[in-house]
Amino acid sequence: MSAPELYGLVLTGGRSRRMQRDKANLEYAGKSQLERAMQLLTPLVARCFVSARTDQLEDPRRAAYDTIVDVLPNLGPMGGIHAALHAYPDCGWLVLACDLPFLDTATLQHLIAHRASTRVATAFRSSFDGQPEPLCAIFEPRSLVLIEESLARSQQCPRALLASSDVELLELPNPRALDNVNTGEEYVAAQAALVAAPPAAAAASAASSASASASASADGATRRRLKVRYFAVLREQAGRSTEELETQAGTPRQLYDELRRLRGLTLAPEFLRVAVNDEFGDWRSPLADGDTVVFLPPVAGG
Amino acid sequence: LSGWRLIMNRFSLHDIALQPEQLRRLLQDPACGGYAAFEGWVRDCNDGRTVLRLEYEAFGALALREGERILDEAQQRFGVARARCAHRVGPLAIGELAVWVGVSAPHRGEAFDACRYIIDEVKHRVPIWKKEYYQDGDSGWVNCERCAAGASPGHGEPLAHEHATHVQRIASAGAASISRAAPELNVASAGAAVADAGSAVAKGR
Repeated sequence: MSAPELYGLVLTGGRSRRMQRDKANLEYAGKSQLERAMQLLTPLVARCFVSARTDQLEDPRRAAYDTIVDVLPNLGPMGGIHAALHAYPDCGWLVLACDLPFLDTATLQHLIAHRASTRVATAFRSSFDGQPEPLCAIFEPRSLVLIEESLARSQQCPRALLASSDVELLELPNPRALDNVNTGEEYVAAQAALVAAPPAAAAASAASSASASASASADGATRRRLKVRYFAVLREQAGRSTEELETQAGTPRQLYDELRRLRGLTLAPEFLRVAVNDEFGDWRSPLADGDTVVFLPPVAGG
Repeated sequence: LSGWRLIMNRFSLHDIALQPEQLRRLLQDPACGGYAAFEGWVRDCNDGRTVLRLEYEAFGALALREGERILDEAQQRFGVARARCAHRVGPLAIGELAVWVGVSAPHRGEAFDACRYIIDEVKHRVPIWKKEYYQDGDSGWVNCERCAAGASPGHGEPLAHEHATHVQRIASAGAASISRAAPELNVASAGAAVADAGSAVAKGR
């Protein structure tokens, strides 16, 4: 069974009381936050939408994208997430707040690679309070019922919802990636920080994987260029004999988890052995740039 | 003699018919009074299903390395003079020779024991996979059926150590066509010169 298709939602609906202006249109390096968020997310999902209130539909920046309008008014981010799941209840939704100027592609790829589609959601653990971060998270179809139950109890906080649900919690590869911007001072500071050290993927889409060597992004999350060879049943399931990819996976186990989702491989890792550079390897040993990895299904020679 | 043994590739993969007579000749040794061989043939049924043909696929580089290790172990453990194993890859018909193991030793006991050890270890450890094509149009990779997520390996024993009694059902679309083995596969180029297989290993090391 493969995971439900993944759609993307950029939340722009909230009013920024502290900033006294529409956060979606704040600019960093000449791009609005909304534009940046859509550029980050669109290459990683099947479809990408902007969440908006009805009174924001006329805004030309939002009108440039497919939009999902809140079904229930004045519910904040929870209303936006609800509207998306309500509109496409069979999809998983990668929900993104638009005010995350430090967010990079690597962080989103990490989230997607470690998606646990049988749980309610997959989210990062906040660097500040250890709670799930709801506004850079994947909400699975089964979260719709929980959201509606929560709203029925006048509970509108998505963080509280995730904290009390069956959520896959991930550590942030880059602890600053989800720092957000709520005040004018933070905005000025963020602008300055981004000019000094732009997020590695801010300017690039997921296609940036063309780079040939391991690179450390501004946050220090190391990426590796790996080659994978497939044999037998895994070759048939993956639909290919080899592939090369750039990944944050640091061990064969992490790589297999990523490829399992990406390629729809059904074999559980407990049944497999792994080989690195034509020799049997360990699932937990670190991978190096340029390594060739083979996952070995149960053998049947003789 | 030991130097000769080291440069020879004793475990080999072949994409054409194995020639046991040639392989046997490589084991002749004046110090040996016993010779034992095992031949594995393609059987027309497995787990109650009629098998029409099958296909072996190998991870060449690692299969050759692991095969050599098994032969080393057999020679050290049982004190046999010479040991070889040849395995087919690619499509095979019913009755064809799939794997050949031969051992020569001073006495018959070590030869039998080493031969048994080698074929058992090869089946469990060497990265070679078998796809069976059945009379009903279905096909399956032997030993992979119980490996989907949610299943349990059970008993702490690697599944690869169990014999082929179950197969995975593959979508019938795949059953109609024979898939070719991976192109980079290290296979001996010609059965006429069995020793040629040595070059594949030499290059791989």
